[in-house]
Amino acid sequence: MADDSGYSSRVAMPARTRTAVGGAREVTEAMLSNGDRKKKVRGLIIYSLLLLGLTTALLSIAAMITWAFIAGGPRLNLNLFTNVPSVVTPEEAGYRTAILGTLYVIGGVILLIVPLGVGAAIYLEEFANPRNPFNRFVDLNIQNLAGVPSIVFGILGLAFIVRGPLSLGFVAAAGSLTLALLVLPTVILASREAIRAVPSSIRDGSLALGATVWQAVSKQVLPAAFPGVLTGVILAVARAIGEAAPLLLVGAVTFVTFDPQFFEGGYSTLPTMIYSYAKRPQEELQVLAAAGVVIMLVLLILINSVAIYLRNRFERTW
Amino acid sequence: MTSTRKLAVVAGALGMSLVLAACGGSDSSSDSAEETAAEETAEEAPAELTGSINLDGSSTVGPLSEVAAELFMQQYPGVQVTVAVSGTGGGFEKFCNGETDGNNASREIKDEEVANCDANGIASDSITVANDALTILVNQDNPLQCITIEQANQIWGDGATVSTWGEVDGLDIPADFGDTPIALYGPGTDSGTFDFFTDVVNGEEGNIRIDYTSIGEDDNAAVTAISGDIGAMGFVPFAFYQESLDLVKGLEIDGGDGCIAPTPEAVLDGSYSPLGRELYVYASDAALSKPETVEFFNFYINNAADIASVAGAVGLSPEQTEAQLAKVAALSGS
Amino acid sequence: MSSRVITPGVSGGGPNVRSLEAPGLRIGERIIKALLWAAALVSVIVTTGIVISLLLPSVNFFQQVSLAEFLTGTIWAPAFAQPSFGVIPIVVGTLMVVFFAMLVAIPVGLASAIYLSEYAPTKVRKTIKPILEVLEGIPTVAIGLFAFSVLTPLIRDLTPFLPWTGPFSIGVAGITVGLLIIPLVSSVSDDAMRSVPMSLREGAYAMGATKFEVALRVVLPAAISGVIAAFVLGISRAIGETMVVLLVAGAGNPVLSFDPTKGIQTMTAYIGSTATGDISQGTITYDSIFAVGALLFLMTLVMNILAIRLVRRFREVYD
Repeated sequence: MADDSGYSSRVAMPARTRTAVGGAREVTEAMLSNGDRKKKVRGLIIYSLLLLGLTTALLSIAAMITWAFIAGGPRLNLNLFTNVPSVVTPEEAGYRTAILGTLYVIGGVILLIVPLGVGAAIYLEEFANPRNPFNRFVDLNIQNLAGVPSIVFGILGLAFIVRGPLSLGFVAAAGSLTLALLVLPTVILASREAIRAVPSSIRDGSLALGATVWQAVSKQVLPAAFPGVLTGVILAVARAIGEAAPLLLVGAVTFVTFDPQFFEGGYSTLPTMIYSYAKRPQEELQVLAAAGVVIMLVLLILINSVAIYLRNRFERTW
Repeated sequence: MTSTRKLAVVAGALGMSLVLAACGGSDSSSDSAEETAAEETAEEAPAELTGSINLDGSSTVGPLSEVAAELFMQQYPGVQVTVAVSGTGGGFEKFCNGETDGNNASREIKDEEVANCDANGIASDSITVANDALTILVNQDNPLQCITIEQANQIWGDGATVSTWGEVDGLDIPADFGDTPIALYGPGTDSGTFDFFTDVVNGEEGNIRIDYTSIGEDDNAAVTAISGDIGAMGFVPFAFYQESLDLVKGLEIDGGDGCIAPTPEAVLDGSYSPLGRELYVYASDAALSKPETVEFFNFYINNAADIASVAGAVGLSPEQTEAQLAKVAALSGS
Repeated sequence: MSSRVITPGVSGGGPNVRSLEAPGLRIGERIIKALLWAAALVSVIVTTGIVISLLLPSVNFFQQVSLAEFLTGTIWAPAFAQPSFGVIPIVVGTLMVVFFAMLVAIPVGLASAIYLSEYAPTKVRKTIKPILEVLEGIPTVAIGLFAFSVLTPLIRDLTPFLPWTGPFSIGVAGITVGLLIIPLVSSVSDDAMRSVPMSLREGAYAMGATKFEVALRVVLPAAISGVIAAFVLGISRAIGETMVVLLVAGAGNPVLSFDPTKGIQTMTAYIGSTATGDISQGTITYDSIFAVGALLFLMTLVMNILAIRLVRRFREVYD
């Protein structure tokens, strides 16, 4: 029967599993002891601390948005979206080309990271032998890439995507590819966690019924992991939209008045232009920069709304 | 109910993006005042020039080129001009690869960059497009009005230990100000402003005391810092001084001939020395083989005064204008 | 995972029964596996590319500056007339950003995650989680501008006992980066905690545990691998953040400093401003960008190796 060290004498259990089981045991023992009132108070304190933590985060968002609207207020009208940039008459300047540029670049990023990121995650979780040294290397690799600063991807993009083997030139496609590589590790890591979280009973049941691994994955695991994968994609896209530094190296311009195309011609993005305006001395350009921030927030909320909708439809608990 | 509502949000989002993309969008309508300023000695009929011009380089000269590009495109709507800011060094690399048509530069080309251009068969020359007055800023309540280069060197030079205003020889300040500590703000070491200032004031590029606060890329931050600290001192390009006249004070410079204030006139007639500098756009023979590029450079040079006044620099003197036009003509082979 | 194919719908013997020892994956499976493997390979290709683009100029650099001077020097002044290439000041800058970022992100992120996964009613969760994601999506240039113009003065007013000088502060930069990564930590931890099967929770509740005890003693330890992954992701992001530090932490000065109220340059800020600055390419100053980049890469590599080891030790496996 159970002895001091718990169940381990009866069942061969890996050491890690003891953590959760041990926790449950402690809880049971605590229940049998005194101090119900103290527990209630403590629980309440913890609850309020949790709420405080959450409120901090929410408050910062609110402050940020308020600041953007106040600082950019003078320029907030419909022209901001449809006019082209102008430095001669900043009160008439708009972000049209930057908005289109951002949409093109981000569209390209999404097209790239979803198949590549989810594909890599599926391979690593479902098909790869975790003890294989190559796979461990890929594992480490991905985690490492998540921390490489964005500017290094700019250097990489300049050397290999704009010039070098891909030679795309200073075009929006090159920007897309550079940013996609930057955020790919985020998608892979989040997708892997999501796939890992699907109980193996689902997987095993499917396999037991005769499905191939791919069938089990595509019909059971992926749909179940979808919300987590979506989280990863949302985080990645959000990060990519806000990047300016690598794009500056890869050829995004800070002044362009014609609509962008994907594979040719100059392009700009919202953060690139905002950063450029923020460094100028003219007061009107500072206001324009803040107005640009407002646009980015609007864009963000739109994208997130789509994501919420998709995620809420597919969420489930075990 | 909720999913219908969310569907509406999604539809609205998509709809808005479609409207945006399809929307005709007006070009930035500018005042006729700017247009009359851009009257030109154009030899081509304005509407017929087409093509594209790509500029890159310094973030100090970039704003000037943007103004030039915009005014140019008002006259020649068929030409597409873009301006990027990868920095003078990064810009030269692209320029010498033939990837850009002009390099905005806050400094002259360096030998290794010339070698790079030569290796790619590109001949280039510096076209001065504006003059800049590097301005030494102090707090508005700082009683100092005028400073000599030697005094500036005492404060900023490598190995300088001056920590209060009173320790500098010969400054025209009241005694009670002498104990105010000096707080030094300078641009990042990667900027042309840094190179220029250290060269002129301390005698050697990169020669500066190591305990100053670098503001990195953000000249606006220097203005903010100096306006908030009575003992603060820093140096910025003219545009930043121009736009913050009510926040900071620009010192007069005594280069040996008396105290000269940083004004466009003083820069143009050469009396604001030695802190007046030239801002360049480098042109190449390859780029100037395109008629639209030749036209652009000529436009830039001829309209330098208007362009500079919008962007916060100083225009060109008549002698400079003539000289630059000649350079363009020489490089383009006409 | 086994991949034996059993023909469905066939019971007992008969000519349609295939051998249970199928010769291998079906062709379709194999193609898919190859495609997925290629996707995983992309990351390796990217790393190779990064290493290549960093390697050559770094080699150039280290031929002129000794590794010892680089790693142990305490004055970072590569563009000065008498250049000094001691990298420690900017490494300290980076570490300080990470420290302050984690100081903010770990408690707030974890607290939010616990609240969202254990306490919050579904409606609240569905509203708040996307709002948090908005915080993550705020472009770094925007939050940097906000921090510089609003947050720094605010914090300065709240802590007048600290020796504030100048408009930059690496402490505030770190806090701002922390704000940025709160959603990252929170989301990933939350997903990890929600994936703990209800049966574990219900078992604990059945034993009379309070919500607090269930959250902290049962769910959190069970989800620890995901939570640690969240922390590691957060730290990685903090190390690599460029724009916020450029705008809020300035470029400090060449001498080593640990003062959070001052501006200090981080490794990323150095790379960012020098790569887009006026330095000419091919000089030793320019090559120093790549040396710093290589160091950054190595640092995150070592940290990730440690993190992976840690996660492996604590992974919980269910059913």
